[in-house]
Amino acid sequence: MTGSILPVDDDVATRSAGRPLLEVRDLRTYFHVMDGVVRAVDGISFSIMAGETLGIVGESGCGKSVTSLSIMRLLDMPPAEIPSGEILFEGRDLLTMPDEEMRKVRGNDIAMIFQEPMTSLNPVFTVGDQIAEAVILHQGLSKKAAWDKAIESLKAVGINNPERRVKQYPHELSGGMRQRVMIAMALSCDPKLLIADEPTTALDVTIQAQILELIRTVQDRTGAALMLITHDLGVVAETVKDVVVMYAGRIVEEGSVEEVLLAPKHPYTEGLLGSIPSRGKRGERLNVIRGTVPNPFNMPPGCNFAPRCPYAFEPCTQADPRIGDANPPDVACWLYTATATSPTPPRVRPRLDLVEALG
Amino acid sequence: MTDQGPGADKNSNRQEVFISPTGAPMNVVQMAEGPQPQDFEVSLESLNQWQIAWRRFKRHRLAVVGTGIFGVMILLAIFGPIIWPYDRLALKPVTHSGGNPPGWMQNPRTLADPFGTDNGGRSVFILTVNGARLSMLIGIGTTVIAVTIGVVVGSFAGFFGGRIDGLLMRFVDFMLTIPFLFVILVMARFFGAGDPIVLTLIFGLLFWPGLARLVRALFLSLREQDFVQAARAVGVSDTRITFRHILPNALGPIIVSATLLVASAIVTEAFVSFLNFGLKATDLSWGNALASSQQYQIVGNWWWAFFPGMAIALTVTAINFMGDGLRDALDPRSRE
Repeated sequence: MTGSILPVDDDVATRSAGRPLLEVRDLRTYFHVMDGVVRAVDGISFSIMAGETLGIVGESGCGKSVTSLSIMRLLDMPPAEIPSGEILFEGRDLLTMPDEEMRKVRGNDIAMIFQEPMTSLNPVFTVGDQIAEAVILHQGLSKKAAWDKAIESLKAVGINNPERRVKQYPHELSGGMRQRVMIAMALSCDPKLLIADEPTTALDVTIQAQILELIRTVQDRTGAALMLITHDLGVVAETVKDVVVMYAGRIVEEGSVEEVLLAPKHPYTEGLLGSIPSRGKRGERLNVIRGTVPNPFNMPPGCNFAPRCPYAFEPCTQADPRIGDANPPDVACWLYTATATSPTPPRVRPRLDLVEALG
Repeated sequence: MTDQGPGADKNSNRQEVFISPTGAPMNVVQMAEGPQPQDFEVSLESLNQWQIAWRRFKRHRLAVVGTGIFGVMILLAIFGPIIWPYDRLALKPVTHSGGNPPGWMQNPRTLADPFGTDNGGRSVFILTVNGARLSMLIGIGTTVIAVTIGVVVGSFAGFFGGRIDGLLMRFVDFMLTIPFLFVILVMARFFGAGDPIVLTLIFGLLFWPGLARLVRALFLSLREQDFVQAARAVGVSDTRITFRHILPNALGPIIVSATLLVASAIVTEAFVSFLNFGLKATDLSWGNALASSQQYQIVGNWWWAFFPGMAIALTVTAINFMGDGLRDALDPRSRE
């Protein structure tokens, strides 16, 4: 992979000092649909420091993507509604920002990589046109300069013969290549925060590794902060430093990758880790988290995970644990309260293969 | 023959063809393992979607013929009146009560009066050639107006949705409930007084609702596409997304229905003029030629109505074939 094309950010160090680049406070995103209200995101808080990496993990429908779309303000309202919460980016609340200003933030300060590289590029324009558009929009470059920049950023994401590729249409490129183009597009304006929403889910395994590696390299090189959304704990282990685990619109556990992967506290995290096939478990039955995600119109009383939780005990069906309620505070589970009478859950076997990936 | 038939045949052929240098038969697998051809330069030319569409269009033979005929008609409309100008006073002496029959009916080698004359001695050929201009102008003019209004209304309704969509579409519904025929006849009589520009405007203002619905439907589906969200994530404004990102993707179906609009505008002009509600009798159009011929049908002068009528039929058929070919060529799903 070719490197050193994207400019290295000088003030990475100064940026990372002080307050967080992105701070999400008690964000709630609801959808008003025919059958009622879906609380897709229900009071989550997290923050990312400049240049840092955060993973958001959870199964389908837990609100990961809605979180990222809320940050970008890309949800159609209605049916979506954000009844409460703040999304502070460099101290400014994105949720109350005028549309015009928000548009300048999108692409320029916060860029996004989508899950589906096959459909995220406009089929009727060349790759170069699409990268150049962002550059012209935000940096006011001339057409020619923007075109050169497009070639340069294609080179930076490891595309061979960028002078030729830049003139091609999306349908002429493979999936991996298109995802590289999406990354090039996202990075073309040197964003401070990169949101990658399941960037490797639609790609095959060999390409997944390359794309992750690429995201990590460019993130490292440009000093942009990275928010990686995925359901794949392996991806998290390899790519990010901190991780947030979401379940049914809530954060159930947060911490550094090491803490969460090696010593999961929440039964849900434990279940997730236990359900990954691994070399050590050859011949055994794969663990599953029994049951399904609760019906959004009919959330269980108390803890959302209680109906599926093997350790559920009385308090779980009565009150709803939040981050900060337990001790340690970075897990939302009644098992960790002083009054808990239930035994602490047996730990899952540490995932040595994931630990290796941590380096 | 079963489905496997041709494949099996091919295989057996192959095995006969592949003979090793020593003359011993080789099977196909060995061939594949043998020395591969030298690495060769693969140069893929980049075809944009228009070039791909053009390739597919060329394969549609009827569409190519249709386009040819339409092209000839356009040329005729532009240059015909210059080459064969209409002179009100250039009248042939009339020997038959309904006009003279085509010259070749008497003498197959003469080029005089190929389409015959009308009862006043005017050459039907010259009437037809000169009528092409107005008929085509009205057809194309109507389409331009209808497409412009339809695209603007449809794209706003489809992209913004909600209340704007509801309002615009109720208006479209209203337009479509109007009995088209009567409105055209009444409006043509009221405002027209035979002016071709007014007639074009009336058609244009009445033809757009169908197109608006089509464009709206296209936009409704296109705006949910990932690339639209990706464009928004880059910070592109709504107006720019509407016209720069979504509209080009909707162009195929719009072009197809625009071509078909030309055809229906030509037919509508002909029939409004035929009913004497359209152009002034002194303006030359295909519809007018038909209109004036109807009173003399009884004497068997078929040529007077036949040739202008054929011109209409030929043009409309050609346009429909062209539209058909365009539909196949521009349909993104028919990639091969």
